[in-house]
Amino acid sequence: MLPEVGHFALILALLLAAAQSLFGLVGPWRRDARLIRAVVPAVTGQFVMLALAFGCLVWSFVHNDFSVQLVASHSNSALPIYFRVAAVWGNHEGSMLFWVLVLAVWSLSVAAFSGNLPAAFSARVLGVLGIISTGSILFSLATSNPFARLQPGPPDGVDLNPVLQDLALTLHPPMLYVGYVGFSVAFAFACAAMLEGKLDQTWARWTRPWTTVAWMFLTVGIALGSWWAYYELGWGGWWAWDPVENSILMPWLLGTALIHSLAVTDKRGLFKSWTLLLAILSFSFCLLATFMVRSGVLVSVHSFAADPGRGIFILALLALTIGGALALYIWRAPLLRSQAGFDLSSRESFLLFNNILLVIATGVVFGGTLAPMIADGLGLGTISVGAPYFNPTFLLPMLPLLALVSLGMFAHWKRGGLGGSRRRILGSLALALAVGLAIMLGLYGDRSLLGPLGVVLGLWIIISALIDPVDRLRRGLSLPPAIAGMTLAHVGLGIITVGITTMETRMLERDVAMKPGDSVQLGDYTFRFDEVRDVEGPNYDAKQARVEVLRDGRAEVLLLPERRHYWVQRQSLAEAALGVSWRRDLLTTLGEELGEGAWSVRLQVRPLMRLVWLGSALMALGGLVAAMDRRYRRREREAEAASAAAVAQGQPQGQQA
Amino acid sequence: MNRFVIPLGVFLLLVVLFGVTLKRVPDRQIVPSALIGRTAPQFELPDLLAQEQLVNNSAYAGKWYLLNVWGTWCVECRVEHPTLLEIQKTGKVEIVGLNYKDEPEQARAWLAQLGNPYASVPEDREGRVAIDWGVYGAPETFLVNPQGVVVEKIVGVITPQNWAARLLPHIEGRAP
Repeated sequence: MLPEVGHFALILALLLAAAQSLFGLVGPWRRDARLIRAVVPAVTGQFVMLALAFGCLVWSFVHNDFSVQLVASHSNSALPIYFRVAAVWGNHEGSMLFWVLVLAVWSLSVAAFSGNLPAAFSARVLGVLGIISTGSILFSLATSNPFARLQPGPPDGVDLNPVLQDLALTLHPPMLYVGYVGFSVAFAFACAAMLEGKLDQTWARWTRPWTTVAWMFLTVGIALGSWWAYYELGWGGWWAWDPVENSILMPWLLGTALIHSLAVTDKRGLFKSWTLLLAILSFSFCLLATFMVRSGVLVSVHSFAADPGRGIFILALLALTIGGALALYIWRAPLLRSQAGFDLSSRESFLLFNNILLVIATGVVFGGTLAPMIADGLGLGTISVGAPYFNPTFLLPMLPLLALVSLGMFAHWKRGGLGGSRRRILGSLALALAVGLAIMLGLYGDRSLLGPLGVVLGLWIIISALIDPVDRLRRGLSLPPAIAGMTLAHVGLGIITVGITTMETRMLERDVAMKPGDSVQLGDYTFRFDEVRDVEGPNYDAKQARVEVLRDGRAEVLLLPERRHYWVQRQSLAEAALGVSWRRDLLTTLGEELGEGAWSVRLQVRPLMRLVWLGSALMALGGLVAAMDRRYRRREREAEAASAAAVAQGQPQGQQA
Repeated sequence: MNRFVIPLGVFLLLVVLFGVTLKRVPDRQIVPSALIGRTAPQFELPDLLAQEQLVNNSAYAGKWYLLNVWGTWCVECRVEHPTLLEIQKTGKVEIVGLNYKDEPEQARAWLAQLGNPYASVPEDREGRVAIDWGVYGAPETFLVNPQGVVVEKIVGVITPQNWAARLLPHIEGRAP
């Protein structure tokens, strides 16, 4: 019964979403106040219906209703309750329902927090969101109904893919979806501005917190996914340039560009058409990511699940929304002229370079991801593009970008000349050089080019990011959340840079065959393989190895990697064991039994790996803090006055850059 | 022509490209296996139908053979079973049925009931051989040439179509 209620609620939600877009777009056009007032109730109703539908699906999973096809094919009664709930979005149909629910939550938040926006404008924003919502719910109902029944229902379901039975991974898709869908808000703001034919600094100020929050979720989602791949997939990889990862990275890069471009539009009223384009592009790439993952156009390990019907539907949705927005852009963008100018070495131009480099980086990733598709589409055969392409070409725009981040933080709005900050620039650079080279050359004896370069650039970003806030606090000035958030995010970027370069250039790795009693030396560490024994888990049995790691003869950590065999799905998986500290991660993976008691084992020492996660967390936290700034919620007039004053001062205070 | 048209133009191009790629999805079940072009991994396992005997690669040296990974728990294996029987009837190639993580009793009952297309049925209860062969799930089928080199891999169900298009040409020496 409940699945039918859910199905019906989903249909009602579709109608309400259609009403929402109709009221939201026609109301302001006809200047009909009654229609405008009807938008928010439609949004609320749609949210309630989707929450009901989602609740029904969760109930079916929790109560093991295997007559629902989705439950039967993605859950079983032996699964712990937490994973039964997570299984709701661990599959295509359920995740699409989750997607539309998240969209409804974002729409509801826009409706709730748009008290300071003109009614007609917020109606248009909600109208555009309504179109996306209508399309997505229609997609869910027409091609991937989560409530389809099985007649008769089987006694038990299949197991959740063992790879996916993991805490970080169950949280990773929801975070990404919240981020993806969040960019629809920036997109809707852009479309609404184009419909009105008016885009000013106030518009940018409204859009900024939404974009930053969406970006924050995307950051957390990527970091969780990478963390999961790192410790679960068992080979120590944290980033593989796999098409799915790339499809997530692209909206993140564009979103980062958008955040910075919005800052310029907010502060100086510049880059208007560029900001619009970025808002459209970021969301396009979010839709594209969904398209690529969900339609099977990408060569994935198994394309059984690929459904061309779904692909065509998403493609049509993409063509309509993005094509429509870009057509609107052709018509409206030429009207948005920026009056002000800026000097070559002003903060504006640094942010412009930042944008260009981020877009180039996106292009590089896009090209590499698309090349196999193009080759395949033209019948040139299956090719694969991997790290040998991505690593160097991605560094090409990223290295100058990292250097510009530091320089840009010293630049002033509008007027050029870094002369006034010369002492600070050189001082911070000298400090970064001294510390970075001391560590890399002195401590590690690194003779490579990339290692020291990356560490110095990372340290320089950290130091530069801290100069302004420290200076403010010393002078007894307040530290608004926007600046604090920016500082946190930039420090996070610096920390990630240091972490990734150290870890990638200083990593030690060996694949060896080991018997009980064998020892292998890796850098300062000795890995001693003690024994292998049988252990049993809730839904698997496993071989567990005991690997004792010693450093200078003293026991450092005991690692217990496992090779698990899941009963229901008959899948065998390696569960890597990690020994984590600030200095390094020690990683062992148990491979195959080679006979005569010997096992193939992979051993890794990854220095400073934790900095990658710490940096990601700081970046996300920075986004959250910055979005909290009261400035974004102030009424129009006072905020404009404050903003004008800040620009007139031309202080290098770096407010919200 | 103004520069604001460029984004839409590029976008439309991409839509066309995706559309073209999408049309090709159904016939892309090919997983380019790392094994293709390499010597087939060794196996030596008890035969399901003659428990005291061990089956290994050397029995098939100098012959074409298909290594078909199956199990009674695998629904799609049931779907491809009639095709395997047809292939066996042609006499063009011998089929080795790697019985993957299965219950021997059920597997024997299955073959008795549906017919046995296999020349031998190595019994891989722990799936160790399947891991050497890079098997992800069942059904999967490998074509091995007389030199013992894997020349083709089919993931998913064997159909008369992919047998004729992707396996037979190799055996008859017509493959490019």
